[in-house]
Amino acid sequence: MKLRRHGGLVAATVRPLVRRLLQAIPTLFGIVLICFVLMSLAPGDMVDILSAEGQISDPEVLARMRALYGLDVPVPQQFLNYVAGVLTLDFGYSYRHARPVLDIILDRLPATILLMTTGLVAAVLLGMLAGAVAALRVNTVTDAILSILAVVFFAMPSFWFSLMLVVLFSVKLGWLPVAGMQTIGASHAGILAQLLDISRHLVLPALSLALFYAAIYARVMRSSMLQVYNLDFVRTARAKGLGERRILLRHVLRNALLPVVTLIGIQFGTMLAGSVVIESVFSWPGLGTLLLESVTSRNFPLMMGIMIFSSVLVILANLVVDIVYRLLDPRISTR
Amino acid sequence: MTTPATPSRHGPDGLRLLLRRFARNRAAVFGMALLLIVCAMAASAPWLFPRNPLHIVGPPELWPLQDPRFPLGTDAIGRNIAALIFHGARTALAIGVVASLVSCMIGVGVGALAGYFGGWLDDVLMRITEMFQTIPNLVFVLAIVSVLGADIVTVVLAIGAVSWTSMARIVRAEFLSFRDQEFVAAARTVGMSNARIILSEILPNALPSVIVYASFLVAAAILFEAALAFLGLSDPTIASWGRMVGEGRMTLRSSWHIAAIPGVAILLTVLALNLIGDGLNDILNPRLRQ
Repeated sequence: MKLRRHGGLVAATVRPLVRRLLQAIPTLFGIVLICFVLMSLAPGDMVDILSAEGQISDPEVLARMRALYGLDVPVPQQFLNYVAGVLTLDFGYSYRHARPVLDIILDRLPATILLMTTGLVAAVLLGMLAGAVAALRVNTVTDAILSILAVVFFAMPSFWFSLMLVVLFSVKLGWLPVAGMQTIGASHAGILAQLLDISRHLVLPALSLALFYAAIYARVMRSSMLQVYNLDFVRTARAKGLGERRILLRHVLRNALLPVVTLIGIQFGTMLAGSVVIESVFSWPGLGTLLLESVTSRNFPLMMGIMIFSSVLVILANLVVDIVYRLLDPRISTR
Repeated sequence: MTTPATPSRHGPDGLRLLLRRFARNRAAVFGMALLLIVCAMAASAPWLFPRNPLHIVGPPELWPLQDPRFPLGTDAIGRNIAALIFHGARTALAIGVVASLVSCMIGVGVGALAGYFGGWLDDVLMRITEMFQTIPNLVFVLAIVSVLGADIVTVVLAIGAVSWTSMARIVRAEFLSFRDQEFVAAARTVGMSNARIILSEILPNALPSVIVYASFLVAAAILFEAALAFLGLSDPTIASWGRMVGEGRMTLRSSWHIAAIPGVAILLTVLALNLIGDGLNDILNPRLRQ
């Protein structure tokens, strides 16, 4: 009996995920197409840009370069070649770095993942806490202050907020480093010292990234908690004589979390975009600064690689959120 | 019992009622006042500061109130910060309004067609919407600007072109809920064309949601342009708050006010629009009110 229920749960979790993975394939194909069309709108191809910079004018050399990069075939053929490449995880080659695009991206990925996950965890914790407190103290001064803070942080440009944090904590107080991910040239006594160094560098960027989302989560959490408190099952729990603490933790919080989880999935893409700006402020060596480099140097293969790769990240994040949602939602998991 | 939605056409009385309800929302009134101030700044900029704000007019890095000629001080190369702020208000509002109009047009168009006709058209349009939603918006805009150049028209169109997806979903949901109702069926029986049903029968009913979301879109577009300008990827020939913050980074140690002041301007403008959006949401979508 227990086994069968378990098997049913797995099937109920896995089948929709497989379906969504399959659905992601045409989406991804479309995204590659969009990127490709966009890049082909550029005046001149990659070789033109390279030759302008490298002062190459020998037509024979240019023709050889075009052949090397596959630019000597018609555009539709180029597109198909590119798709075939993407399918084998080949995103092309960055002439400037003299390395495959994927290698460069994978090099920078950990820093971005670290920044985003720290920011996300901080945002969820801060937002849920603020929202829950506001809901428990609804219509009091605490609630009013928290609501005002949420509205203000929601309107705040993150790049400006991060600069103000730098002014206060790095320039005036000197507590935290201004930029980078590690102290340059520092030889750490051990892995622990290095971790401490990285986390000191991480505080300000993660906080800058987190507060905007914390503001959103706080608002959503507050209203969903107020809603859940009015639902029948909470009244039932009270009538059963459950303590307020148990009602809050087991019944209200769990259900009030659902809209927050949904939002995390929807906003993962914008959060990735937000980290581009934050990374630029703090010279954080992640995908964001890499993207900006590629944009200013018009390194199209790298730019396209990052666009597609970040879209894949968004799709994967949504899958994870889907799984978490299914685990949290009592209507699905207890069935 | 709630009556199923009938075409809601507010007369002058209805409008006054809505205004009164809006006026009771203190936050929304505050937002409105803030926005009026920003609009006044934008309108008065050419009279108060007739010279090009990007010209150097004084000594660099003056603090506010240090010299009565420059009430907000000067930036790192000696431009008048007050003049830049006033002219920047014009840029912010213009970009916000035009970019959100662009995304409204795309979003309403896609959402209306998908919701009204359904079927394969709905599938195709929603797939496209999903693609645009999946590519991180700023990454997309940066790529567009890098490929097509950073003049102001490209920037506005790019912001509009990546911000329409939520609007499309909202409008689609509205059209789905209205298309099978009696007044639409009635319009069909009297031989109205699909275009007229969409534009004159269903769209007016979907308008409250569109207006509410559009006010948030304006705020989002202003933030978006500010971020682009901060990164140095917006039009350099135009006074822009975001660019001022970006340039203020260089003098963060000696004169942090250069970066701080334009940021406050962005914050207050976006705040005003969000508060107005919340207020409009309360009066136009009373169903959603708690």
